[in-house]
This record gives sequence, structure tokens and C-alpha cells, in this order.
Amino acid sequence: MKDKADYARKAITRGRSGVVLEYDDGILFVAPNPSRALHKFSEIYDRIAFAAVGRYNEFEALRQAGVRYADLRGFQYDRQDVTARGLANWYAQTLGTIFTEQAKPLEVEIVVAEVGEATGENQIYRITFDGSVTDEHGFLAMGGQADQVAAALTERYSDGMSLPRAFGVAIAALSGQANGERKEITASQLEAAVLDRGRAHRAFRRLTGQRLEDLLAEAAGQAEGAGPSGEAGQPGDAGSSGEAGQPGDAGSSGAAG
Amino acid sequence: MGPETSGRLPRAYLSAGTSSFTEFLGAAAPELLPGNLRLGAGAQPGGSLAESVPHGTTIVAAACAGGVVMAGDRRATAGSMIAQRDIEKVFRSDEFSCVGIAGVAGVGVDLVRLFQVELEHYEKIEGRALSLEGKANRLASMVRSNLGGAMQGLVVVPLFAGYDEERRIGRIFSYDVTGGRYEEHRYHAVGSGSVFARGSLKKLYADDMPVSEAITACMQAIYDAADDDSATGGPDVARHIYPVVVTVTADGFAQLSDDDVGGYAQAVIGERMERPDGPRAPLH
Repeated sequence: MKDKADYARKAITRGRSGVVLEYDDGILFVAPNPSRALHKFSEIYDRIAFAAVGRYNEFEALRQAGVRYADLRGFQYDRQDVTARGLANWYAQTLGTIFTEQAKPLEVEIVVAEVGEATGENQIYRITFDGSVTDEHGFLAMGGQADQVAAALTERYSDGMSLPRAFGVAIAALSGQANGERKEITASQLEAAVLDRGRAHRAFRRLTGQRLEDLLAEAAGQAEGAGPSGEAGQPGDAGSSGEAGQPGDAGSSGAAG
Repeated sequence: MGPETSGRLPRAYLSAGTSSFTEFLGAAAPELLPGNLRLGAGAQPGGSLAESVPHGTTIVAAACAGGVVMAGDRRATAGSMIAQRDIEKVFRSDEFSCVGIAGVAGVGVDLVRLFQVELEHYEKIEGRALSLEGKANRLASMVRSNLGGAMQGLVVVPLFAGYDEERRIGRIFSYDVTGGRYEEHRYHAVGSGSVFARGSLKKLYADDMPVSEAITACMQAIYDAADDDSATGGPDVARHIYPVVVTVTADGFAQLSDDDVGGYAQAVIGERMERPDGPRAPLH
């Protein structure tokens, strides 16, 4: 058992961290991800999203199963009868059974999140490789050096942040990963998405193209103008100084959005 | 799907290779498929069952500048009785398409519900939406799978229309009970009043007409269908029940509000007070 647990844990820490944060209008998901096609964050249902780290083919199969579960439940009953809690329990059963019965555990960690009608009514569940479920609040870090990233988030997070501010907090926490040295993150290396409670019908939306560039620029501005828990500085100034990386991205990635 | 002794996901959930919700439903919960009606052994084909179950009629669709308009009347009949005055028969199937149903209302609404989930399911699994042709084909196979029910009198015939993002035009597709799929150009109508609606549109329609004119033309067509077909309902001014009117353009699906449709309906009715047969088309 312990071997299995160590094996799975090792695979998960080998990858890169992702963060999930509540903000005023919903829930934000950010992770380094150089791939455009292989996503860590995905839509499951109207107000429910899926986030995962670990072995891609394993969590991709779980993601698809989750979509099937949700669509079937919504079809059998009604759309509002599909809940993150139900899905999280279902994942927990599956992962737990695989952990105990199979020779190799799944090397994945999953988060199922549901945006609520109002701030404070969001639900975030973390399911680990052995089927344990925890109810999370505010923020969490998953995969990679999760403890380090979580500590950075604890310093900076506050309830009810705006999206740009929350994005800045996420980037700051993720940048400090590699042995304390700060790495520059560019839009092409990031995957970001939100569950926005204001959107009609389907809350999940990927942040790409110009939108992502703008958020990154604002985040960089905040990092320069403020301490860990301070107020945001002048976001307007950030535009020119933010992009240390590829200026070419701003034009070309606009089409991808 | 036999009894699962462990808490594992049933195989159907984890089997790779299908992005179709309908196929998955067939494996995981086939009893939920519409048209899979477990009618008793003594059920008679056509006839009495068909008459006692509510039917819906007259859906029109017209391609216009920048997209397509679809409108449907609000009447459901069971035999000679009006089963419902305000039934909705035109639905959003996804952001860039709509579907209207003629025939047995219950089975039709089920079919539309399944179709909506099918399209959304594909998009979530695959990460991109189906092409408009792909959506039209999926609907065709659903209609085909209802053939057994259709032969027992529970006929459903949809009319599908959408905005083709690549060609940047509105397109219309009609179906027959065997699941045959036909692309219609310009305009089309289905249902018991469709013959009258099509005759009306034949004289009123113009290529590339603006959306507002296409809406008016559809309203005229439904009015004419209701005029000659007892199973089609015209605008109910007393109760403010008007045809459902939707548009699909580059900006996506939009359903006209009751007030907006009421405006178009009142305009048509006002003119009909002067000339009950509707606008006269020039002879040359």
C-alpha cells in the first residue's frame, strides 16, 4: 500500500503545479502548460469544471467519464440536478477502488469545482489517487511543489479579489516554484480558465489570446508595484514593462482566442 | 450492463472512442433513448394511439442575409381537440443552430432534448463543436432510429437550420421518417400546414432579404397555414400567444422576446384587417 502511495505521489510531484482560486465572480484555474491541445482544465457541465495533474492519459479518461456521468445525470433528471459533490463522490469511489484492487494506482490528482450562485457558495473538491476527498475553500495548489505554491498562495490570497488581482496572485505563486528563483511565465506557456457565474448557461471559459496577455500584463504590474499582501499598484503602467518575453506573441495569439 | 460488484465505473463510461452521447446512452441506459418505446404486444400500428397523442405542426425556416430565421406555431392537437395552446416547437440546439419539430409532440421534444445533449457532449469530449453538416447528420440518424415508433404512428419530423461559420451563410435541412436528410435552399416548411406555408413563402420570399423582413415573411406564412389548416394555430391576440421566432446568425442563436414577436404579429394582423388574404404579389 505504502509503495503504491509513494509511486503515485512521486508521479504527481514530478509534474508542474496548478492552482485553483476563488475570486469575486467565480473560480480561476491557472497552470503552466506548454501544450495547446492537451488540457489540464476542462468543462464538465454548466457550472462544473475538472482540473487534474499527473499522468495525462489517465486523467483524460477520467475527464471523459465525468462528462458522460454529468450529461447522463442531467438528461435523466434535469440540468440543475448535476452537482460537483455527486461527481466528486463518484471519482472517489473509482480512484479508491483502483487503488486497492489494481496493481498500479492511477497517478493523478483531481479537482472538481462548482461555481455557486453567490461568492461563498462555491464548492471545490480535491480527490487524490487513493480516493480521499477533501472539501477545499479559497485556494489550493495541486501537483509539482504543491506545498511551496500553497504557502505562496496563503501569503497573498484574500477573499473577493477581482479576476486580474486573483490572476496576479496565481502567477506570483507559480513563478516562485523552481528553487526560489523567479521564472518569467509567458502566455504561450500557460493554461488558464474560469468558471464565471455571470455567464449564461455554461460558466466555463478558457482564457486565451489577447485576454490572457492582458491579464499577464496586469499581473506583472501588480508584482512590481506591490508587496505580498498590498493593494494593486497602477495597472495602467504595467502594459509596457510587463512583457519581458516575446512581443510577437501579442499579435499572433490574438487569433487563437 | 450487468451488476457491478466493485465500485468501479461501468465499462461504458471509460470506453474510449465514442464522442456520441446517443451511443453512450445506448450502452449505459438504453431505456432512456427516445423512440425506444416499449409498446405492448397488442399495440396497433398507426390509428388510435396516434390520434390520442398530441401532435404539433407547421414550422417554417427561411435563409436571410447573414443567417436563418425559424418560426413555429403554438398549437398541439389530439384528434379534433386542442391539447395545448402554447406549446413550443422550435428550440436552440446549440449556439449556432436550431431545430423545430412537427409530429408527435412528446417524442419530438424528447428527440430535441437528446439532440441538444448530443451536440454539447461532443463539444465537451472533443474540445471543438461539430460542423453544421455533422450536426445535421447526427439528427438524421436520430430520426432514423425512431423509424420503429414512426411506423406505429408516432412520427416525428424535424426541421434543422443553422449558421455555417465557414461558408458564413444560413443553411436549412429537412428530413423524412427514414432519416433521409435534404438540404433546402432559401426556405422550407414542415408539418400539416407546411403546404400552405410554403405556398405563401413562395410569393413573399426574396434572396438575401434582411432578417426583419424574413421574420415578417415567416409570420405571414404561419398565418396563412393557420388560415387553412385546423392543426396549426395562428397568433392568439387575446392571450398574447404568438409563434416562437428564432434567428441564427454570426452572433449566434437568439429567440425573439414575446414583445418583439407580438410587434411583428400585430403588424401582420393589422394589414390582414384590410386585406384578409395577405399582401398581393404583383402579377409580373
